[in-house]
Amino acid sequence: MFKLKSKTQDALLFYILRVISLVVIGLLLGIIYVLIDAAWPAIKSNGLSFLLRKDWNPVEDQYGALPFIFGTVITSLIALVIATPVSILIALFITEYLPKSFSRIVSLLVEMVAAIPSIVFGLWGIFYLAPFVKSTIAPFLKLHLGFLPVFQGPSFGIGILTAALILSIMIVPTISSICRSIFELVPAHQKEASYALGSTKYEMIKLAVIAPSIPGISSAVVLGLGRALGETMAVTMLIGNSPVISSSFFSPAATMASVMANEYADANTPLHVSSLCYLALLLFLITFLSNLFAKTIVKSFSKG
Amino acid sequence: MSDYKNAKVILEAKKLEAWFGDFHAVKGITVEYREKTINAIIGPSGCGKSTYLRCLNRIHEEIEGTRTAGEVLLEGKNIYDKRVDVVDVRKRIGMVFQKPNPFPSMSILDNVVIGLRLQGISKRSTLLETAESCLRKAALWEEVKDKLNSMGTSLSGGQQQRLCIARALAVNPPVLLMDEPTSALDPIATAKIEELMNEIKKEYTVIIVTHNMQQAARISDFTSFFVYGNMIEHGLSSDIFTNPKEKQTEDYISGRFG
Amino acid sequence: MNYRSYRKFKNYLFLILTLASALAVLIPLFTIIQFVLVQGASSLSLNFFTELPKPVGEAGGGMKHAILGTIYIVLLGAAMAIPVGVTCGIYLSEFSKSKLSKTLKLTVDLMSGIPSIVIGIFAYLIVVVPLKSFSAFAGGIALSIIMLPIIVKTSEEILKLVPNHIREAGLALGLPRWKVILFIILKGSVSNLLTGIILAISRAAGETAPLLFTAFGNMYINYHINEPMASLPVQIYTYAISPFKDWQRQAWGGAFVLMVLILTMNLFARFILTKIKDKKGI
Repeated sequence: MFKLKSKTQDALLFYILRVISLVVIGLLLGIIYVLIDAAWPAIKSNGLSFLLRKDWNPVEDQYGALPFIFGTVITSLIALVIATPVSILIALFITEYLPKSFSRIVSLLVEMVAAIPSIVFGLWGIFYLAPFVKSTIAPFLKLHLGFLPVFQGPSFGIGILTAALILSIMIVPTISSICRSIFELVPAHQKEASYALGSTKYEMIKLAVIAPSIPGISSAVVLGLGRALGETMAVTMLIGNSPVISSSFFSPAATMASVMANEYADANTPLHVSSLCYLALLLFLITFLSNLFAKTIVKSFSKG
Repeated sequence: MSDYKNAKVILEAKKLEAWFGDFHAVKGITVEYREKTINAIIGPSGCGKSTYLRCLNRIHEEIEGTRTAGEVLLEGKNIYDKRVDVVDVRKRIGMVFQKPNPFPSMSILDNVVIGLRLQGISKRSTLLETAESCLRKAALWEEVKDKLNSMGTSLSGGQQQRLCIARALAVNPPVLLMDEPTSALDPIATAKIEELMNEIKKEYTVIIVTHNMQQAARISDFTSFFVYGNMIEHGLSSDIFTNPKEKQTEDYISGRFG
Repeated sequence: MNYRSYRKFKNYLFLILTLASALAVLIPLFTIIQFVLVQGASSLSLNFFTELPKPVGEAGGGMKHAILGTIYIVLLGAAMAIPVGVTCGIYLSEFSKSKLSKTLKLTVDLMSGIPSIVIGIFAYLIVVVPLKSFSAFAGGIALSIIMLPIIVKTSEEILKLVPNHIREAGLALGLPRWKVILFIILKGSVSNLLTGIILAISRAAGETAPLLFTAFGNMYINYHINEPMASLPVQIYTYAISPFKDWQRQAWGGAFVLMVLILTMNLFARFILTKIKDKKGI
């Protein structure tokens, strides 16, 4: 009987595993290639000016991406500004303040937020959060911070602020779970050393927990940003979907993801389809780069 | 005891060396092991005993960055020869590890017969026979015969280790390596294993690394004393423990060193 | 003395802030759950599971087609993602030192960060365009790309929990490494791997964006892989943005079913995974 040496048999498995791994790596490259290919007509006709033009008018076959880039960036940034401190504080609450049995439950609950489908967030946003923003949050902000241009103008409920609020809830689990795992790595002796200097708990946390974790926290924030940039459904349902650039947080807008969700299935001119693919490519690149950036922070952090 | 001296040599190391990266862990060991004897290897921790043992069935090379040189002869054939399939070496030189390590999510029965089964033996009666005889040799049969289908990991630590011994015996290797098999066990479980080793000796050659000198003195026919990758002394256990030739050995067994 | 009480004050203030942050997330969580439960339960009836949608204006009707469609598309995606994902998990855990393995790890990390809408567009371009039709198959492809990184990562983690001495014990029996990997390590971890798969399925089942222009949706039952197929999330979306009160109620019913389905799977998988990790941690 023909019998392979065991090393040869092992090599066979190894090569099968390698081939499948290469297929997966190829899949990622394939995604990039297919997007570039589909976006090519738009890239050729508009080039980089696509990024700076403000007009998005499928009827006239005019496509400029600036309103969507603006909408994506502004909603994600507001979401980050809200979610970052909240996430860090929750992570500290779980790791430093709660007893172990409780911390389990709370962290499970926070992670449950990540499990809720974004369509449900959107639904809740339409029927609960948007009316709440219109009736309570917007008047409150106008009353107290109305001198800022961003808090001026009428609020219809849906708009930048509402989309950003829902985004901030959605990205908290991403940021806080990473922060939590970083804070858990802080060795007990460092905390004790800080206590031994007479620190209060707050001072200990500042000194021994947060300070050494800054790179990890920043990578968590960048990963949260990546999540926010690409979030589609909830934002689509809450942002109002009009390609305008407005200085008011109450006004409707549109994001790169939301315009794709809204128009892709109905796009009928080749340039329209291609321009949407151009947006998809851009969104892919932005999230890709931010995730890559987050990885490198973690890497240099763990090396140093 | 002296008739062991005339028994056939079954395993032989010749100028065996081993490295972890740049660290020279085993430095030129030459020694003979005779059939159906128990051979103990003692020495201070970190002296390369385990690494040496792991070279005898070529499991050392499974760790990345390791290297070996020299020869190990099993019944006169060098197991490090390029034409030899490492799998065949390990079928003939079994091993029991420091920590009891029954395979997870596998029944007691499956644990014992998995070696045979994965070699292509699927006849149920053969497997059951082997399982029973090996579990008997490992002094575990009476305790598990009614629950062969419960998980291997559900047993106590001592029972798990005996299960691992049965698992190793099932492949029927003439030589059995044991790497501190009782260091994770309590004294009663340890005594059980020492007892069964005397039975095993009737059919198998055992080479056991132990950190416990009393154990070596109790059970072994021959003892080697290792320090920093060198074998200081090898001989009949009765000689080593009563009348060592080397000063270092004497210091170690009398507790002045190590 | 004054400085000391200031420090104490800051200390308490910080505690209150952390507590407030926890509430800031838990309150929305609970209102969402409460909203979905109350609104959803009141719009649910047996008909919801057994009937098809009725035309606008007629009361009643259900989402049988969407529930079946979601199961169909998710299982289709899982069938493609599981073999590839587990294989990659094996490669990452058993050959973690190789260069390709590191590249694969990075690839998988980056893949998990791709916005799901982009994956939807990709699936549209490679399946819908050449086949000239929206189809359940395209939806399955999109969901499989979403599940893949999750399955790879959990498989890797789970297989890495198997201690090295178990592998050595297998090798020491004279088994070639591939048999040790497949018949001892992998087989011994099957039930644990399943939890990772459930986690991936629970994620994919809630995805809407990748299905919008792949599986698309319809209003009747379809079992053909090459035709458009309804799914719960897309159906909820269609109903939610419609102006009809009756449809909006249906959307809540759908959200209720989807949430119960997903949270049960998710919590179950997480519960098991923490248990596994705890056990190995000792």
